[in-house]
Amino acid sequence: MEFTQLSLYDQAIMLFAAITLFTSFVMLAQSRMAPLIYTFAWQGTLLAVTTSLVAYVSNHPHLYISAGISFFLKALLIPWMLHRLSVRLNIHREVETVAYPSLILLAGAGLVLFSYYVAIPIVQLSALVTRNTIAISIAVVLLGMLLMITRKKAISQVIGFMSIENGLFFAAVVSTYGMPMVVELGIAFDVLVAAILFGVFFFQMRASIDSLDVDRLNRLREVDE
Amino acid sequence: MTAWMLAVLETLLFVCLAPLLAGWIRRVKCHMQNRAAPSLLQPYRDLVKLFRKDAVLAEHASWIFRSTPYIVFGATILTAAMVPLVAVELSTYVIADVIVLVGFLALARFFTALAGMDIGTAFGGMGSSREMMIGALAEPVLLMTVFTLAMTASTTNLSGAVQYTLSSGLVLRPSFVFAALGLMMVAVAETGRVPVDNPATHLELTMVHEAMILEYSGRHLALIEWAGKIKLMIYFVLIANIFFPWGIATELTANNLLVGAIAIAGKLALLGVVLVTWETVMAKMRLFRVPQFLGFAFLLSLLGMLTHVVLETGG
Amino acid sequence: MTALWLMLLIPLSGIFLQAFIGHLRLAGSINVGFAGMTFAASVWLATSVLADGPLLSPSRMMYIDAFNVYLVALTAFVGLTTAIFSRPYMQHEVESRRIGKRRMRLYHSMYQGFMFAMLAALTTNNIGILWVAMEGATLATVLLVSLYRTPEAVEAAWKYFILCGVGIAQALFGTVLLFFAAERVIPVRDDALLWNVLYSSASQLEPTVLTLAFVFLLVGYGTKVGLVPLHNWLPDAHSEGPTPMSAILSGLLLNVALYALVRIKMLVDGSLQTNLAGHLMMGFGLLSFMVAGFFLHRQRDIKRMYSYSSIEHMGLMTFAFGIGGPLATFGALLHMTVHSLTKSAIFVTVGHAAQIAGTQSIEKIRGLIRTQPAVGWGLLMGTVAIAGFPPFGLFVSEFLVLSATIKSWPWLTVPLLVGLAVAFAGIFRHLHPMVYGDPPEGQVAVRANMLPVMIQLAFVLWLGIAIPVFLSKWFEQATILISGSSPL
Repeated sequence: MEFTQLSLYDQAIMLFAAITLFTSFVMLAQSRMAPLIYTFAWQGTLLAVTTSLVAYVSNHPHLYISAGISFFLKALLIPWMLHRLSVRLNIHREVETVAYPSLILLAGAGLVLFSYYVAIPIVQLSALVTRNTIAISIAVVLLGMLLMITRKKAISQVIGFMSIENGLFFAAVVSTYGMPMVVELGIAFDVLVAAILFGVFFFQMRASIDSLDVDRLNRLREVDE
Repeated sequence: MTAWMLAVLETLLFVCLAPLLAGWIRRVKCHMQNRAAPSLLQPYRDLVKLFRKDAVLAEHASWIFRSTPYIVFGATILTAAMVPLVAVELSTYVIADVIVLVGFLALARFFTALAGMDIGTAFGGMGSSREMMIGALAEPVLLMTVFTLAMTASTTNLSGAVQYTLSSGLVLRPSFVFAALGLMMVAVAETGRVPVDNPATHLELTMVHEAMILEYSGRHLALIEWAGKIKLMIYFVLIANIFFPWGIATELTANNLLVGAIAIAGKLALLGVVLVTWETVMAKMRLFRVPQFLGFAFLLSLLGMLTHVVLETGG
Repeated sequence: MTALWLMLLIPLSGIFLQAFIGHLRLAGSINVGFAGMTFAASVWLATSVLADGPLLSPSRMMYIDAFNVYLVALTAFVGLTTAIFSRPYMQHEVESRRIGKRRMRLYHSMYQGFMFAMLAALTTNNIGILWVAMEGATLATVLLVSLYRTPEAVEAAWKYFILCGVGIAQALFGTVLLFFAAERVIPVRDDALLWNVLYSSASQLEPTVLTLAFVFLLVGYGTKVGLVPLHNWLPDAHSEGPTPMSAILSGLLLNVALYALVRIKMLVDGSLQTNLAGHLMMGFGLLSFMVAGFFLHRQRDIKRMYSYSSIEHMGLMTFAFGIGGPLATFGALLHMTVHSLTKSAIFVTVGHAAQIAGTQSIEKIRGLIRTQPAVGWGLLMGTVAIAGFPPFGLFVSEFLVLSATIKSWPWLTVPLLVGLAVAFAGIFRHLHPMVYGDPPEGQVAVRANMLPVMIQLAFVLWLGIAIPVFLSKWFEQATILISGSSPL
């Protein structure tokens, strides 16, 4: 179907999906902690908005619940927790040095292309209007991984982790209009617990290595000479 | 014949109104920064003053230095002739190709940089090298944006693209959003605005464009400055008419043309306010940050193309 | 049915109870009590399933067949024996002031939480819930790995959390893809993740999507299984956490992850009608098997060494499930059982050995057999068993896998044999001085309950000599379920 033949709502879904992808790139480029957390919150918000749009267009009311849960978790609770923790640990003003920033962004663009090719067989089978955004969701997952790989601060890694979750949630919404409710609730519960555990970990790390640089976690090697 | 007349008229309008746009921007900026604003016509007065003054030539100036103002001004006018301002399908339609447009702008830049080095002063060379660096980074972004556009409209012709956007009505294209943002960032860099360059200062550590044309005076300087104002307007019109083409005249009737003129005036005024807001909230960035700024613009244009491929085709 | 609910509710209530009273002296015994009740419920469940055939709960959320019921019983059993071991072990840790009251509460509560998550993962019929429970098992154990709060422990836990988290995220994506494929052929949306529904309509599922889904699921659950190259978290988590944790991680969690993988493979095989999934599993399994065998030689930490041995054995099982015939599947199921029993017994013994020597460094653990003969003998017997000596059960299962390989992939027996020899040498070069060497001055015995170890090893021995009828019937049913035909 031609893009121009889609309804405005469908186009808006595409647009929001694209902006969600864009926030992933912004996170890759953002080296300051506080803006990184805000960008993550924005991604959660966009995700919730896209999900409610999908719910409206596809007439799947249960997606409103998913959108609500994801908004509460990913746009409010987790960013708020991360922000409060970073203020309490006094790292919210820290700037992380990222090696080869432009190379990372280019690699990110490469990942988007890669996800496009991965998604082709799925897209061809699907009949949903949102099927073209499946590639975007895969890209969000991969970009989250890239964020985790390129960052050394524990908070950035957590944000990368949560952004992977965002991508997975998005994939479920756009490829199948969401998972069965019981599974979604279970996943949301896991994410919540994981977020709390991450918070606990920040303090443990602070207490044991006096820093939140994951780089400093290097005592365990294969053979300690 | 009427069509040709209109085309010439439109170009003339373009060239003559460019200083007015610059005056508008300056005025809005003054208002926003709580300063007393100069008259809207101040840029014209400046140009007239410069034209009246004698041009001082350096002893070692070659023909390049002397001819550059005319080449730059000429290339810029030709570019302006290609960009649909009030109406599409004028007679310049056939050569209104975006790649030609990029080429003309590059030609102007090339000669400005040569002229900057011609005299052999330190500032000129420095400015030229900086300008070329910015240019080398900005041009891929411009081309990438253009390609996104071309892929969507299946043409590299400007009028064709504008007509395509007009005919498809309101379409929320993700790729256009990114392309528009990328183009805006390039426009900022290419026309030497904050945060890449500051046209209002002559601070040797930071100036780029001003450093190149430091040796010019009199009518030469007037021509180059005028060309700069036209260039700003070209970018504004491009952004306005490609991404928000509504109002532009598709038929050459007086009524339509009037609507087109009012529409473009409104759009330009609005874009001017946007630019001023941007310049007011942004601080001038260090030169070494400029590649990052343009790298981000490149990413935007690349995303524009990627989202076009991923979201808007096939399925 | 009642047995099933009891089995899940007991550990669930254990979580909350232990969260309040886990620091008491009594808590260790209560832990044993809960584990014992869970085990009793699982035995009840097992006998009823064995008698009446597969059990599907009315809401269709739970599904018990021959394959998972034996894993349920095994999990509950090892959970019980480890709980028995953990009581004196954790007491010793408290007395030596390595951990305080709050952490004891956390430990006991999370022990039950882990048991609950694993039993839920095993019994659920919904592969989405399976994912949730697997992730839940990680979340329950991650704070236990960092229980000692040393920099090493925190590092190990962080690695465990991040790697397993990212890995399991891939599995979620695979699950989404599976749901995508299923939703197209299964009329009721909410049924499209139910395993029994999926299995009955597996042949209609779109093969391309299922292939893609399987790759993601293999990477995801493979991380949990500890397949090379996704194994990095495993030795760290095992070596830095408290020893009872290592015992149930190695003996149970890896099994459950492999169980998930095999369930998925059954679906994918049904759809693809080729053995592509099996080939992928064989490749990863063999790689893990070989790499872990070589890494065994380089270890200096006793718990790290045995965790590499776990990777090696998980690799072998993955390989065997990948081959897929009845013989190999039977061997893999048997290997799963005997490996769990042996490895948890070894970790229990290792825990005592480390307490005797006051360190986990292999070089400093010496002369166990003279200081405390029970521990020394336990370690010796366990290691002999894990290395696959006859007459222990691992010999039988490895022999079965080998003969299955000879039958279908003759040239793969060479790397398999080489791997076995390398691993054998790797373990034994470290074992001898630890057991027989001269004990350092002043090394004294610790309070240890070696009964569970002896029971488990005796069980492994029994399985090596003769598989009891009820077990062989069980394995046979499971083999028929997985591979489609009987091995006997």
